[in-house]
Amino acid sequence: MTITDSDLKRARKRLLQMHFESRVGHIGGNLSCLDALMVLYHEVLTPQDRFVLSKGHAAGALYTALWSSGRIGDDALKTFHKDATLLAGHPPASGIDDILFATGSLGHGLSLAAGAAKALELKGEGGMVYCLTSDGEWQEGSTYEAMVFASHHRLSNLKILVDHNQLQGFGTTSEVASMAPLGDRLAGFELDLKVIDGHDLGAIRAALASRSNTCQLIVMQTHKGRGVSFMEDRMEWHYLPLGAEQYAQAVQEVEAR
Amino acid sequence: MRKQFCDSLVARSSRPEMVFLTGDLGFMALEPLKEAMGPRFINAGVAEQNMVSVAAAMAREGLDAWVYSIAPFCYARPFEQIRNDVAFHNLPVKLVGNGGGYGYGVMGPTHHAIEDYGVLLTLPNMRAFTPVFDEDVTEVVERAGEAGAPAYLRLGRGEPPPGYAVPAYAPWRQLTSGQGAPVVAVAALASTYIQAFADLPDDARPNLWAVAELPLSRNPPPELLVEQIRRSGALAVAEEHVRCGGVGSELALMALDQGWRINRFDHFYARAHHYETYGSQAFLRAQSSLDPASLLAVLAPHLKAAG
Repeated sequence: MTITDSDLKRARKRLLQMHFESRVGHIGGNLSCLDALMVLYHEVLTPQDRFVLSKGHAAGALYTALWSSGRIGDDALKTFHKDATLLAGHPPASGIDDILFATGSLGHGLSLAAGAAKALELKGEGGMVYCLTSDGEWQEGSTYEAMVFASHHRLSNLKILVDHNQLQGFGTTSEVASMAPLGDRLAGFELDLKVIDGHDLGAIRAALASRSNTCQLIVMQTHKGRGVSFMEDRMEWHYLPLGAEQYAQAVQEVEAR
Repeated sequence: MRKQFCDSLVARSSRPEMVFLTGDLGFMALEPLKEAMGPRFINAGVAEQNMVSVAAAMAREGLDAWVYSIAPFCYARPFEQIRNDVAFHNLPVKLVGNGGGYGYGVMGPTHHAIEDYGVLLTLPNMRAFTPVFDEDVTEVVERAGEAGAPAYLRLGRGEPPPGYAVPAYAPWRQLTSGQGAPVVAVAALASTYIQAFADLPDDARPNLWAVAELPLSRNPPPELLVEQIRRSGALAVAEEHVRCGGVGSELALMALDQGWRINRFDHFYARAHHYETYGSQAFLRAQSSLDPASLLAVLAPHLKAAG
């Protein structure tokens, strides 16, 4: 089902609501990848496909996309970050069929996705494996190991998305440990590289629809806190929870956009 | 044990779901397996973190995933991948560490694996297999392969006396019998005590037990061993593993929990990574008083009295 602006607004508001009600942060990096996750879950993923959220701190965006696409209910979202919930701050190890792996420690997801892709190939099964990474986690050595593996095995059933919002835990990616320009650095691997606007639904759809004879990597230029003026491109929204007034303003801005 | 391991996996490789990953190791040992498995034999390169996560995902996809490296590269380097990706999901990945304990001897401390099962058994669902004799490996591969849970195999080198009839595999085996107190030894180290104990007179000969599966909560000591402990009021444990997290600690806790009333407890263990000089596995065992002579020097004065 093709998503509309209305679907995106509804998802963005629900994401803000769940974070506000649970008084937790990580909102900025959730909003930067929500558009891509919405396209993936509404328009792309089939029962044969796999998805690995390597940037596990965007669990809120994942839960929201699962909710929006009817895979989990609203009652589940209401438990987000609460005691006895399945919806922890990072994806759980079990209990939700659409979540294959507990992630949250950066640098694991790409190897898991590459392993799933290689397994599908060995089993002679179709289906694509999608993996969403942050940009900061390309500083992890294990991500480099995974890229070497994926490239060497020419995993044409693996599609890697990078949420390149250029902000990490304690500074910009350029200030902390620059890999800029990220696309150029990664182009040395024999892969099919695309750099797109990660908030342009058309560009996301086109990149996700394309096929290649090798591993594909889509660098999505995004904005942390996308859709909320006081959050956009601000590092502190990696952490901060929303106050009541901020929440009201954020919802109003999403509605008006 | 590498040859037996390779032979066992070659036999297992007729299963189409089996996949084997090596961290660029196995030269002059695993070539038959490579030939038998074709594309399901994957040299994952010098990238152990990736290798373990790839194996976890393959197990999640229903494949029978085996991971192989020199022991410390198999569990220490990729520990978080084992914890998060394998153990948290209870995926039946088999981690095979060659050269457990001081197996790599004079190659130096980076290659020693003397905290392997202690570290790994802190993780949920994890099992460790510590074969004693080379002949155990076939059965151990079968049992680890069918465990349906994460498993670690510590491969070493069995050293039974010449002409010794290796008993059929069991998670606990009594290797020598006598009137002396029980001695529990872990993995291939146990095989090095057989001759020295056999040479003792019956009234001083320890009851030597070898344990080959951990944790003890899944493989508790047999009744006969418990009876020997209770009767003698003594227990000695020998393991090529640091004291912290070892079988000695586990048995001591078990003794307290179950009221075995031990009056004398001797623990022989690897003295960690702080030698000034290096040498063979036998040299390093002796440095830790794990060799038969050192062990008996401590135990012998008490064996008759204990019995």
